[in-house]
Amino acid sequence: MGSGSVPSRFAGVDFYQIDSLLTEEERAIRDTVRSWVDDNLMPVIGQCYVEGRFPKQLIPGLAELGVLGANLPEEYGCAGLGNVAYGLIMQELERGDSGIRSFASVQGALVMYPIYAFGSEEQKKKWLPRLARGEDIGCFGLTEPDFGSNPSGMITTARETGDGWVLNGTKMWITNGSQATMAVVWAKTGDVNDAKSIRGFVVPTDAKGFTGKDQKGKLSLRASDTAELHLEDVHLPKDAILPKSGGIKSPLSCLTQARYGISWGAIGAAMACYDEAARYSKNRVMFGKPIGGTQIQQVRLADMLTEITKAQLLSLQLGRMKEAGTMTPQQVSMAKRNNVNMACECAREARRLLGANGILAEYHSMRHMANLESVYTYEGTHDMHSLILGQEITGLAAY
Amino acid sequence: MKIAVCLKRVPDTTTKIVVAGDGKSIDETGVKFVPNPYDEYAIEAAIAFKEKAGAGETVVYSLGADVAQETMRTALAMGIDRGVLLQSPGSPDGFEVAKALATEIGTGGFDLVLFGKMAVDDYNHQVGIMVAELLELPCISAVSALTIDGSAVTAEREVEGGVEVVTCQLPVVITADKGINTPRLPSLKGIMAAKKKPLELKPVTLGPGGVTVTALALPPERQAGKIVGEGPDAVPALVQLLRNEAKVI
Repeated sequence: MGSGSVPSRFAGVDFYQIDSLLTEEERAIRDTVRSWVDDNLMPVIGQCYVEGRFPKQLIPGLAELGVLGANLPEEYGCAGLGNVAYGLIMQELERGDSGIRSFASVQGALVMYPIYAFGSEEQKKKWLPRLARGEDIGCFGLTEPDFGSNPSGMITTARETGDGWVLNGTKMWITNGSQATMAVVWAKTGDVNDAKSIRGFVVPTDAKGFTGKDQKGKLSLRASDTAELHLEDVHLPKDAILPKSGGIKSPLSCLTQARYGISWGAIGAAMACYDEAARYSKNRVMFGKPIGGTQIQQVRLADMLTEITKAQLLSLQLGRMKEAGTMTPQQVSMAKRNNVNMACECAREARRLLGANGILAEYHSMRHMANLESVYTYEGTHDMHSLILGQEITGLAAY
Repeated sequence: MKIAVCLKRVPDTTTKIVVAGDGKSIDETGVKFVPNPYDEYAIEAAIAFKEKAGAGETVVYSLGADVAQETMRTALAMGIDRGVLLQSPGSPDGFEVAKALATEIGTGGFDLVLFGKMAVDDYNHQVGIMVAELLELPCISAVSALTIDGSAVTAEREVEGGVEVVTCQLPVVITADKGINTPRLPSLKGIMAAKKKPLELKPVTLGPGGVTVTALALPPERQAGKIVGEGPDAVPALVQLLRNEAKVI
């Protein structure tokens, strides 16, 4: 797809020589994932999106490249990369499609990370190498139908029995949920009002009583697997619990990891839209000259390039702070909030610049535009991140 | 099996080339450099033959400025064992490069020396063949399929309208064409491992060379097309133009 609209190789957007702030390895990693996306994802993504199908056939290639849980240590079969390199991977994947980046975010930051951070040594050795190799696909069950922005209100329960645990509850908007072979599910081991009793559990999806139901009718993230999980008297052994998990802080720390990656991913989507719009503006002739020669399109392009450049600097510094161990969740909120909103605006303006062609799946901007509405809403809505920053500034919680 | 592979750092083929002020070189400002794509076929072949043999060593050689190390590390990330950069700041002609490479490679005891069939920046198709001559080794150029069984080499070359099959014994110099393989992407672990692999720097002094580039120019801009009309009515005018102006029918 995309003949005439897309170059065969994506050249990136770097107006401020930000490449010079990256190490040679970081650039090489970025370029490698970029090539992989050009060769493997771009030829199929338009069709997958239209058909509402996740390109599952690409998982082995992603795993072989080393993308899954890439910032976790080598001793568990991961690539052991730094956090800027990890962010650049997310950027390049989302340059292709938010759905494939979501897959990698969930597998790495929401499934592998909690096992790494809260799991026993046995759990880490059992699951992490298999997840890194893509032999297991994971999903993350936190959000419930009535508890989205307020996850600590969850009503999913885990009751301890003589020989293990019994889980009951429903989880919603679960990326990878239909195809997952295992799930990290968060449940209350105590009273439903006791948020401190929230613990993480590793649940094989073939466990009796576990069902994943594909979410139908999505107009966004159509090339991503989104499902609803039902747990009805799911019996688990004693060692299914993540021993070091405890309280809402545990799943929220996973979200901080994922949101960090999203802040980079959104830049990728914005770069794809800007690149498409800039290219189109130079080739599309109207009133006898390229539309790029008109003031209104130049304002659009100037705004996009400026906002992308600002977002690049924001995420890069965030990544350096993450590597130094000084990054705070509030700083992640700022980057997620700013960059996803910025990408939504770029995608919309790019789609408009493309005129009628912009509504076709052959071009990429409208697909990104629709995808980014989900990204705007998940992993802490834009509004919730405003309130997190508001609380940080004033010391007063408005939620 | 001991395999040498030679690599040149070239501008990315998607780069928009700007001729520098001297009128005979390219302006490197903002230009992204990559491994010469034909050399990537040679690198892939080297790694694959070593993997198949189960033992041996692969060494990547390049000649150029220090910045070529970054390009060479792509080869190390793909799986080449070590590298040697012959440091030379200038851009000498192919024969001078071939002499320096032959001097270095000649002492290495290699069974197989691999090149891309040409570099995409200068299209010279020279260096691999010259190195073979200087090393007094047989050379099979523009190889699109290659098998090695013991020391028996069988290569296919795409010639006008057909395929030529060539055999010889190791050691041999091969220059690789498209079709010989699909170069692998380096894995992310490979990229991290590459910085720990040995990359030796050796200064070389090249002769002045016998060939001088005197001018470099971009191709003329394409003229705008002409629409002569629509439907059957336009056919006579189109035929007339194709016959008398474009002179293609």
